Amino acid sequence: MALLDLDPRVVATARELAAKAAEPVVALAKAHTTVAVERATLRLAGITGADTTHRAGDVPWVNRVVDTVREHCGLEHGVALPVFHALREHDLTSLTHLAEATAAGQVRYTLPTGRDRERARKAATAAVTRGLRTVDRNRAHRDKLVAKLGDPPQRPWIYLIVATGDIDEDVVQARNAARAGADVIAVIRSTGQSLLDYVPEGATHHGFAGTYATQENFRIMRAALDEVSKEVGRYVRLTNYASGLCMPEIAVLAGLQRLDMMLNDSMYGILFRDINPVRTFVDQRFSRQVHARAGIVINTGEDNYLTTADAVDAAHTVTVSQLLNEHFAHEAGLPDHLLGLGHAFEINPDLPESFRLELAHALLARELFPDAPLKWMPPTKHMTGDVFHGYLLDGFFTLAGLLTGQSILLVGMMTEAVVTPFLSDRDLALRNVRYVLGAAGGLREDFRPAPDGLIVTRAHQVLGEAVDLLHRIVDDGLLDAIADGTFGLMKRPATGGRGADGVVEKADDYLNPAADLLEAHP
Amino acid sequence: MKRHVRPYGDTTGDGMVQTSFTLPVPAGPQADGAAQQLANKMGIDPAMVVHSHPIGDDFTFFVVYGSVRHIVDLDDVRVVERDYPLLPPAEVNTAIKKLLRRKLVVVGACIGTDAHTVGIDAILNIKGFAGEKGLEYYRELTVVNLGAQVSVPDLVRRARAGKADAVLVSQVVTQRDAHLLNTREMAAAFREAMGERRPLLIAGGPRFDPLMAADLGVDRVFGRGTTPGEVASYLVHALQHRKEHA
Repeated sequence: MALLDLDPRVVATARELAAKAAEPVVALAKAHTTVAVERATLRLAGITGADTTHRAGDVPWVNRVVDTVREHCGLEHGVALPVFHALREHDLTSLTHLAEATAAGQVRYTLPTGRDRERARKAATAAVTRGLRTVDRNRAHRDKLVAKLGDPPQRPWIYLIVATGDIDEDVVQARNAARAGADVIAVIRSTGQSLLDYVPEGATHHGFAGTYATQENFRIMRAALDEVSKEVGRYVRLTNYASGLCMPEIAVLAGLQRLDMMLNDSMYGILFRDINPVRTFVDQRFSRQVHARAGIVINTGEDNYLTTADAVDAAHTVTVSQLLNEHFAHEAGLPDHLLGLGHAFEINPDLPESFRLELAHALLARELFPDAPLKWMPPTKHMTGDVFHGYLLDGFFTLAGLLTGQSILLVGMMTEAVVTPFLSDRDLALRNVRYVLGAAGGLREDFRPAPDGLIVTRAHQVLGEAVDLLHRIVDDGLLDAIADGTFGLMKRPATGGRGADGVVEKADDYLNPAADLLEAHP
Repeated sequence: MKRHVRPYGDTTGDGMVQTSFTLPVPAGPQADGAAQQLANKMGIDPAMVVHSHPIGDDFTFFVVYGSVRHIVDLDDVRVVERDYPLLPPAEVNTAIKKLLRRKLVVVGACIGTDAHTVGIDAILNIKGFAGEKGLEYYRELTVVNLGAQVSVPDLVRRARAGKADAVLVSQVVTQRDAHLLNTREMAAAFREAMGERRPLLIAGGPRFDPLMAADLGVDRVFGRGTTPGEVASYLVHALQHRKEHA
């Protein structure tokens, strides 16, 4: 039920402006490819594994092949045609053999023409179709498991993070967390993975403040959660991060290993990792197409803006980013029920009426995106190390999430900014959540903010400011707005940032069967 | 203030503390006894295990209150006391103008694989921290924030190209002592590349011990809770010192 009485015309205007602001960026994304999109395509076509003899350590085969194709005939035509042409020309039985031969310097990649082009196109399409079929099967299997085991009995779903650096320890912690009530397990990635231009291989045991996202780690954790799902009688979801320089590849690996949610923000990499804006928008579009196909819920990262900018002054930038994320997601084929738009409880607790302001912002998100599984993020910026005060703040955070009908609740830790959570910290945090859910689970039905009270007025004000900012973004261009520090106070020019050299403008004869198939059947 | 002190619960000298921990022991009388024993060995005697709670089948969480027998000798406490005056932004600006007759250049970065910019941003971003504006706010400071995951050679190059007077590095991740290794590597690289003409080197992060500056090869280490004003005031103090001893 609508409590804020938002003017539908203002809401419609906001969406139209977001679409308009996004339009040139979508065009840019369609006109370019990246090394990561091409590698993701080859992963869908079936290339796995890494070159273990390379002097730089394990270099994934997809990197070796894409880099060599780029050297020989450029990436503007896509890798699919040269790769599948070479496979036939050299009479090799598998893509892995082709990759090995490539590493040995035995393959000369050329762009096929005429009948050769047609043959290569067919072979590439067939291979990618097989990969997508695995993604489709995983989606169907998830649906089956959810039907059999069931979803969590309550909303919000309880989302808990594990981050030990060692996938085997992660499994132990994740199992315990699920038994203690977690509905969603997120495995935080190793610090620095977002800036690696390759995806590490195999099971890993030495991450920094997190565990590397690899296909094998994905498989291990999903298998462990399938086991514990049976035990606890509900389908426990698994989350990882499709962000950074390998966003499209990680999206593919998530689809191939039946991950359920992926962090995937349209601007986070640009703002917080200084990744080139064009690279990010191209990679993001492809990754979202994959997520749409795989039935994966994306989680966007608006919470991060509030850790650098002030949560009251910058509240409208969260709304603007949510509207942009929504548009980019819809454009890539993601329906509302897969849009875990993010926001956070980050207002300075010393500010008078801070809790009511939090309710206003959270309710605004709820009513702007009624069908999206919103992700509600706990306080981090004002967690000081006073764990006792932090515990209370986390309780209020959960209460705000409950009152405003948030869908996914990331459990706040009182040890935020102190240490990675102890076993007992996680247990206390879950008890905190369970208390609030148990004591006030139905309070939402009694929650009726006064029509001209602070909460309603503030929500209207934030929406108004968001519309004003969207007007400015449409006038200046989204890329310029990002360059000027509109979001999270970070200034990121379109030509700067990491990974810019991996962006290539498509030629007229560019071909990518994965992109074509995803475009046709999201 | 007395030289010898004990923790204060509700009576002077009662030595009362509160602590919590988890033992890998199933909940029960044995677990409570184990908690009691640990507390005693920690110097809490008598110890009251006021709460115990199972976490899964194999662990128990405890809250313990009790009196510690240890006594703190304040004369033995060694900390870095601030050895420079805290200046408001206007005075920092005036001092820099007088000292340099140009703007003071500060280059900041998170080095190594550390992606946590929250610390460096709190000091540098105009937004600031704890109600104080960041260094970007100071008229006489030119701030270059290189952001996260900057390599040491890159930092040296950028600091040199930008004629940095001071380099601030932030390190949050401490797994396997990454913060200490990275900081030492950074200090060594500046020493090698620039010798005596190197900029002021300042390291900061929540897990740093300010006493470690010399050991790490930097001029100053700032720990948890440092505000932009403290850093700005230190910059003025250190430059003054450098100039006097040049």
